[in-house]
Amino acid sequence: MSVSWPHAVAVWRRNATMYRRTWKLNILPNFFEPVFYLAAIGIGVGAYIQQMGGTSYAEFLAPGLVCVAAMNGASFEVTYNVYVRLHHEHIYDAMLTSPIQADDVLAGEILWAMTRVMIYGGSFFVAVVLFGLAPLPQALLALPVIPLAGLLFAALGLAFTLRIPGMDLFSFYFTLFLTPLFLFSDVFFPIQERLSGGWSWLAEALPLLHPVRLARSAFQGSWSWLQVWDLLYLLGASAALLAVARRAIRERLTS
Amino acid sequence: MGAMALSDSPGAPETCVVEMRGVSKRFGEKLAVDTLDLEIPAGSCFGLLGSNGAGKTTALRMIYGVTRPTSGSIHVFGSDVQRDPRGIRARLGVTLQDNVLIEPLNTEENLRVFGRYHLLDESRLSQRIDRCLDLLELRSHARLPVSNLSGGFRRRVAIAMSLMNDPELLILDEPTTGLDPALRLSLWSLVRELQAQGKTVLITTHYMEEAQRLCDRVAIMSGGHKICEDSPRQLIESRLAREVVEIDCPPDREIELLGDYPGLLQRLRSGGRLLVYVDDARPLLQWIRQRDDLEGRSLVVRPSNLEDVFLDATGTALEASP
Ligand SMILES: Nc1ncnc2c1ncn2[C@@H]1O[C@H](COP(=O)(O)OP(=O)(O)OP(=O)(O)O)[C@@H](O)[C@H]1O
Ligand SMILES: [Mg+2]
Repeated sequence: MSVSWPHAVAVWRRNATMYRRTWKLNILPNFFEPVFYLAAIGIGVGAYIQQMGGTSYAEFLAPGLVCVAAMNGASFEVTYNVYVRLHHEHIYDAMLTSPIQADDVLAGEILWAMTRVMIYGGSFFVAVVLFGLAPLPQALLALPVIPLAGLLFAALGLAFTLRIPGMDLFSFYFTLFLTPLFLFSDVFFPIQERLSGGWSWLAEALPLLHPVRLARSAFQGSWSWLQVWDLLYLLGASAALLAVARRAIRERLTS
Repeated sequence: MGAMALSDSPGAPETCVVEMRGVSKRFGEKLAVDTLDLEIPAGSCFGLLGSNGAGKTTALRMIYGVTRPTSGSIHVFGSDVQRDPRGIRARLGVTLQDNVLIEPLNTEENLRVFGRYHLLDESRLSQRIDRCLDLLELRSHARLPVSNLSGGFRRRVAIAMSLMNDPELLILDEPTTGLDPALRLSLWSLVRELQAQGKTVLITTHYMEEAQRLCDRVAIMSGGHKICEDSPRQLIESRLAREVVEIDCPPDREIELLGDYPGLLQRLRSGGRLLVYVDDARPLLQWIRQRDDLEGRSLVVRPSNLEDVFLDATGTALEASP
């Protein structure tokens, strides 16, 4: 069994049809959240910080928050929304009475999560440009990082959602996993500079660290071999998590 | 061409749309379906009956390839379900036991979304939506959000969705549960209409009257086994005497009432209600009246029907004769 893209697009279109009716309600809170962080921390707290890694604090913060917008866009979609479709609305049971297969459902849901990632990440990127925090054109190289980060968190969230027995476990995922990632993944400060030598591998394990470093390299126009590792991490982890999610969705939808 | 010639040749077996051979499904310790054999001839209406948990839904899921059998083989339209699930599902429609509707969307939009799962192009979509709205008499409700519809209308939307791809085989899992008599009648005529177009229908139901009226053949399942299979008429005639005397009779009065009635009696008991099967009820009635004035008890004489066969076959109401 493998993915049939026309069927995956049919899954995508179901979500898009639904979303067309509610996007106004959805997009505003999601869009404003990183804007508030940028204003409060970047401009507010930043006023007391002379500089950070050679730039103003707001400029340091901006690329990280672009990745956070991508992470959150993917995570909300593949956790609560997918859970409700799976367990409450039984949407996938209906899909599987048509030629759609479990793999197509997975592909369609990932495509849809990526669409939301592009909407949130992209619109926040535009906001950052309007704030004058993205040096153009070099910062445009950060745009591909948005779908890369989105794919990683879509696959991760799906693997989690498809395995858990109950919805209350999402509070663990958000509070004990995504929140620390948000705080310690180089978004607000360079974590490696605060860890003593023997512990730097710990930071390298954080999935959000890598897109943040890539996006910041693009904004600052300074690249090194480290960014090759960041890219490999993103691609490798996404591939591994997609394989986990694929197994999980087959087990959930077919028996 | 070869296949055509074969099926035209005299004495060739009727083509089967569904063929299950020795199919079992185990969920952990639970054997949900136990060495089931089914053959569903093209153009027929086949009823799968059985109490709650008998394995009907599991059998259906295996037929459309979403549950994989633990053992045995299943062919639908002549192809192995596990090998070509996409191709097979393109040609069948399934109404699930529980409606799956997209609440905020209206009837027409629900049909449209489902039609897209089958990759129908826009002109074919509109054409099929029109047809399905007519078939299920949903035209007046086409633009209402399905969350505002009554249970009967919601069921009709769900059935309409399963007809979007103009399926050759329609699988209905308890389509009439919770429907009022008028809706049930109109669903029966829909099934007949589809059959007249040469479609095959596979239906599960807990309503024996429905199965008796609608189905060319029925199979009764219990605990994953198929207990019997035949046309409703044959099942009734072969398993039970022609008439039933139903009477209120507590178990301790049973011997007193019938004890030495000449001739072997088939009986079923369901709580305080006793059902006695005989070919001719009149002598038995006389016999009973001689022993009991029937004051305040209800007594009914009626022809035996599929419900009696069901009670007998599944052992739901069976008690050892005294
Ligand atoms: N995915 C599953 N995992 C474990 N057990 C299952 C699963 N699906 C069904 N079963 C069990 O298999 C048995 C048959 O279930 P099934 O749903 O096929 O019955 P049914 O005849 O459709 O019943 P009903 O008339 O209530 O719909 C039941 O005991 C059920 O609990
Ligand atoms: Mg069932």
